[in-house]
Amino acid sequence: MNSPLDILTLQPPEAAVRPALPFDVRRVRADFPILGQQVQGQPLVYLDNGATAQKPRAVIDALSHYYTDQNANVHRGVHHLSQIATDVYEAARRKVATFINAASDREIIFVRGTTEGINLIAQTFGREQIGEGDEIIITEMEHHSNIVPWWMLCREKGAKLRVIPMNDRGELCMDTYQTLFSQHTKLVSIVHISNVLGTVNPVEEIVQIAHAHGVPVHIDGAQAVPHQRVDVRALGCEFYTFSGHKMFAPTGIGVLYGCETYLDTMPPYQGGGSMIQSVDFDNITYGNTPNKFEAGTPNIAGSIGLGAAIDYLNSIDFDGAAKYETNLLEYAHDALRDVPDLKLIGTAERKVGVLSFTLSDIHPHDVGTILDQAGVAVRAGHHCAQPIMKHYDIPAATRASLAFYNTREDIDALVSGLHSVRKIFG
Amino acid sequence: MSDLRELYQQLILDHNKNPRNFRVLDPADRFAEGYNPLCGDKVEVYLQLQGNRIKDIGFQGSGCAISKASASLMTETIKGKTLGETETHFKDFQAMLTDPSSNLDLDQMGKLFVFAGVRDYPTRIKCATLSWHALRAAINNVQTPITTER
Ligand SMILES: Cc1ncc(COP(=O)(O)O)c(C=O)c1O
Repeated sequence: MNSPLDILTLQPPEAAVRPALPFDVRRVRADFPILGQQVQGQPLVYLDNGATAQKPRAVIDALSHYYTDQNANVHRGVHHLSQIATDVYEAARRKVATFINAASDREIIFVRGTTEGINLIAQTFGREQIGEGDEIIITEMEHHSNIVPWWMLCREKGAKLRVIPMNDRGELCMDTYQTLFSQHTKLVSIVHISNVLGTVNPVEEIVQIAHAHGVPVHIDGAQAVPHQRVDVRALGCEFYTFSGHKMFAPTGIGVLYGCETYLDTMPPYQGGGSMIQSVDFDNITYGNTPNKFEAGTPNIAGSIGLGAAIDYLNSIDFDGAAKYETNLLEYAHDALRDVPDLKLIGTAERKVGVLSFTLSDIHPHDVGTILDQAGVAVRAGHHCAQPIMKHYDIPAATRASLAFYNTREDIDALVSGLHSVRKIFG
Repeated sequence: MSDLRELYQQLILDHNKNPRNFRVLDPADRFAEGYNPLCGDKVEVYLQLQGNRIKDIGFQGSGCAISKASASLMTETIKGKTLGETETHFKDFQAMLTDPSSNLDLDQMGKLFVFAGVRDYPTRIKCATLSWHALRAAINNVQTPITTER
């Protein structure tokens, strides 16, 4: 459709990719405008990255650039701006495909976030493939978003959930996992990294075992993509979901990766514009993957922001950032262990920067409020993972979750805040 | 940290640690449950009535210091009161926490005044009011658990 000249003029200015200098936390912090903020008269110490991550200037600018210079609907206009918007939207899809090493950008479906990605699988693959008496394997450490859609499907179909238990360190019992398979097992759906425990699950092994039983695997990667490189082909899973907002991109955009052979045979998700080939009242033919799963006007700006976040991660030496975070986690573990009456929840051998804990019998809300007065933002509650709370027999926990822009000073502020909590509660 | 002393006053810390009337009433004339689904806080309120007077009250549940102390002080305040007096307490308490222009009668508020500081912590107001909403549900014989979220 484009003449060579069009291609030249229509290509949007891509964010200049900086050569990746060795990771430097000071330089990286300067990229996040919000981190310069004061809260309650104190410098913001943002330790709620598991809930959502902050956005670098490059992402904020990409949104502003899109709305200032490129805004139009995608896949439907013949005009100049519509072509630009379509190009940048599809460029974002290619960036995601490269980022997670998908075989093709057709395997990338834009959704609202992890939650919608999982519901999409349940409503399409699930409703077609899972029937009465069938079984879905999940784990004890799932986020509610990887429990409830399957539970609803099971209710509808008369199917059953089988749950891989975990030990008290927060590691999956792999021996039990092996025994959960039967001829009725239709899907394994597991979290890559736990949002409460920080546990990095042995997903490669989990996939291998499932495949040995001929069962496909979905991996909830919401907490994995912000912390480490993910290669979906190396993992070998059929489905992988994640949210943009937890990996420094805007809210309202996320990704469902699905391997092409599965996506092509799955029924569509929602019906509407963009997902069809032709419509008359007697007959409708659906479009191809990925359009088949993207009915309606998508979150164009969000996808562009996600693309910008990926460019950003590539520009900062992401592997160096992951190493830095591992070091910081060790520092934080040691610092928290020195706080009397503090009990860490989640002490797996392989874990990332998530520190959930209880502090004697002081309720996490009280901990959270007192820390907030010191400018320290943490999460307090059940973290949308009530089965984990049940495992440890606690109603709630406090969670500090790290990103690569956090520092040892942040951890020190957390620890000093915890000492204030203890003082107040005597 | 001086502001925090306003929030976590000694009386609140004391009622958190040693909640009064922290027990199930069996039999109870009325019973209601309240939940805060955002944080998982939970309270159960039990009432024994004599005419239109609250003869006895007990509560159970789990939650933060603010919610536990609030439930405890609520039970102390309204034990022996009429349903009408209880409703007035509820309204005054609610106004104290949510309406900056409210004209509070300090004598009337009594010990409940220790929660005035909660007004400065908007994320915590629901912790303080949860038990009061459950009490009201019990009085009105609401069978389904009430929640702080719509
Ligand atoms: C492990 C995990 N899965 C799924 C989700 C849901 O993500 P979202 O709310 O962005 O859809 C979260 C978010 O907290 C999470 O931590």
